[in-house]
Amino acid sequence: MNPHRAGAAGALALLLFTATACGGSGTGGSGDGEMNIALRQDSLAVVQENAVKRFNEQNDGSKAVLNQIAPDGYEDKLRTMMGSGQQAPDMFFNWGGGSIEPYIEQEMLLPLGATLQENPEMEDAFIPSIMEAGKVNDTQYGIPLRGTQPVILFYNEKVFEEAGVEPPETWGDVQDLIDTFKQEGVTPFALGGATPWTELMWVEYLVDRIGGHEVFERIAKGDSSGWKDPAVLESAQIIQDLVDEGAFGQNFASVGYDDGAASALLAEGKAAMHLMGSWEYSTQLADAPEFAKEDLGYVPFPPMPDGEGHPQAVVGNPTNYFSIVDDGDTEAETEFLKQTYSDAYVKDLVKNGEIPTTTGAEEMLDEAPNPDFAKFQYAMVRDAPTFQLSWDQALPRPQAEPMVTEIEKLFNKQVTPQEFVDNLAALQ
Amino acid sequence: MSVASPNRDGLTAPERSPARTARSGGARPGAPRAGRPSALWGLPALLFFGLFAVLPMVLVVYLSLTTWGGLGTPQFIGMENWTRLVGDPVMHQAIGLTVMLTVGSWAVQTPISLLLGVWAAGRQRNRAVLSAIFFVPLLLSSAAIALIWRALLDPNFGPLAKIGPMIGMPGLDFLSSESGAFGVILFVSAWQFIPLHTLLYQGGARQIPESLYQAAEIDGAGRYRAFWHITLPQLRNTMTTSSVLMVVGSLTYFDTVLIITNGGPGHATTIVPYLMYEAGFQNYQYGYASAVACVLVAVATIASLLMVRFTGFGKMRSTREGM
Repeated sequence: MNPHRAGAAGALALLLFTATACGGSGTGGSGDGEMNIALRQDSLAVVQENAVKRFNEQNDGSKAVLNQIAPDGYEDKLRTMMGSGQQAPDMFFNWGGGSIEPYIEQEMLLPLGATLQENPEMEDAFIPSIMEAGKVNDTQYGIPLRGTQPVILFYNEKVFEEAGVEPPETWGDVQDLIDTFKQEGVTPFALGGATPWTELMWVEYLVDRIGGHEVFERIAKGDSSGWKDPAVLESAQIIQDLVDEGAFGQNFASVGYDDGAASALLAEGKAAMHLMGSWEYSTQLADAPEFAKEDLGYVPFPPMPDGEGHPQAVVGNPTNYFSIVDDGDTEAETEFLKQTYSDAYVKDLVKNGEIPTTTGAEEMLDEAPNPDFAKFQYAMVRDAPTFQLSWDQALPRPQAEPMVTEIEKLFNKQVTPQEFVDNLAALQ
Repeated sequence: MSVASPNRDGLTAPERSPARTARSGGARPGAPRAGRPSALWGLPALLFFGLFAVLPMVLVVYLSLTTWGGLGTPQFIGMENWTRLVGDPVMHQAIGLTVMLTVGSWAVQTPISLLLGVWAAGRQRNRAVLSAIFFVPLLLSSAAIALIWRALLDPNFGPLAKIGPMIGMPGLDFLSSESGAFGVILFVSAWQFIPLHTLLYQGGARQIPESLYQAAEIDGAGRYRAFWHITLPQLRNTMTTSSVLMVVGSLTYFDTVLIITNGGPGHATTIVPYLMYEAGFQNYQYGYASAVACVLVAVATIASLLMVRFTGFGKMRSTREGM
């Protein structure tokens, strides 16, 4: 086993242990003087850990506890905790949009309108479009807690140098690169097909580039016949062509992302490129620091020939949000929200390679571990006409999960492109 | 009455009856007669069974008639989940896969554990040491076993990636093809559960009286005939016990699938229990998941009842009658 991965596994085990230990000592945050914050566990959580430490030092009265939950089961566990009442956290990590809608329907979340009125600086602190994405039905429910996370085409500079090629700027380049790398014995694109949300990113970008932002917007609004748009079929065909060409290698279906396998392929030069969210940088920084600093390159997803979509449109996660569970006692929680735009917090974000969504962030980017990468992302998001939230977060769960499975089947060639379209259109 | 019965009764009755009277007569006089214990003895178990099995099952039946996302109150929708269940191609596939897994597990595990168990019941050199090694998988948790095998089968970073090219098979990868992934599940479950069944067969084989083999030897029976005509028939009840455990176990197999394949690739390893999990805890359709659960409970119960009935297990007749 790769030593990095063994280390990561050990750290994960330890974190799980501490997380459960926290859970044991004081579960059910509501009303016991403890503020329980549910957080999806990943390498970026150190920023929130520091914020909790600061908050507890500044406020003797309340005790914030960070409950880190393993990423794969985060949403399921959160849902179960929320449904059980007593175990519900006081505040939790989410993606906005479809990921919090069910809780809002049940009136479980605190609308933040009053909080924003009392603290006008909170609203001004963030980029307006990002604040906007934290709204559901025109009401603010989420405050940004992470950096922005566009999906980027990462590549291994060393592998490109050895092959004497440049990163792709057009779809024609992509085709040429696939041939080149196959001859070199390198997998053109790393893909964690065992965790099929990574495959979703390909579909998102292809549909956006070919048919434009409107195609998915229509679907997200509940019109499932939107899947019948020719752009979806064309994207599906392109994907199966890529699979046939060996663009993702032969065994992508058993490569995972969460266990670090896909990222390791890129870092070790076994794969040349990797389409992934910007968090890939932090992941690489933690698992393969030398590679992240020396050889990790990045470009936007190239435009498609004759595509109707804007070549600068972005998909991914605008950011993640903290939402507050309305249990009648939310004073400490709203106080904690102020941490998320404090100087110390934003500095922590930048230090960990994230692009803060606060308005003043641009000046701080020089402090980033990789200022070029930080500025690249900031410009990418700033100049993007649209920033599509990941489809699996934008759609309600009963549709999102089957959609991801259909995408997995498309990549595995268990369905034809036409069947793929028909199956998606049949989802309710 | 059949012809066999009087014959058998004629043989066994005279021998057995005196022995029995002698035993009960020999007991302390005046002691209460050892009859069946009163129903009260079953109460604690019944309470637990009612609280943790019957009650949830009733709730699941109710939930299967509702739509519920885990939050708020379930809404009654009648038979909607059930009609969907009947027409759901994923459910059809899941039933097929579950049947294949159940039959496959039985066919793979039974012969191996039977032979291992009978071997382990002997008195050979090294037997104790080897048996202890074979026993190890039983000591590991299912999750640990699944994680170990997933790491071993990793096509890029596992030992498979190193061994494959050495034996002239680069690109060895079991988990990305439909049949390969299913085979892995079958194999890992066998690896995990053969020790348990070996233990059962070992215990069963140890119970077979030596005199039977001695008699067979005098009659000129060789090793294989002794195995076929003494060991196998004598292990009949053990085999039923082991088979019921295997069948019910395979019908409700879940953790390994979750960890190794996540039901994939596509739905290639989505067996019924995994489909139930997926519907409930990933799609948040607890009503539909409950309908799947009802089917699972019904099928597992019927399967074990049928097996018990047709193997004569219910009558629990001793395999040593007439000795």
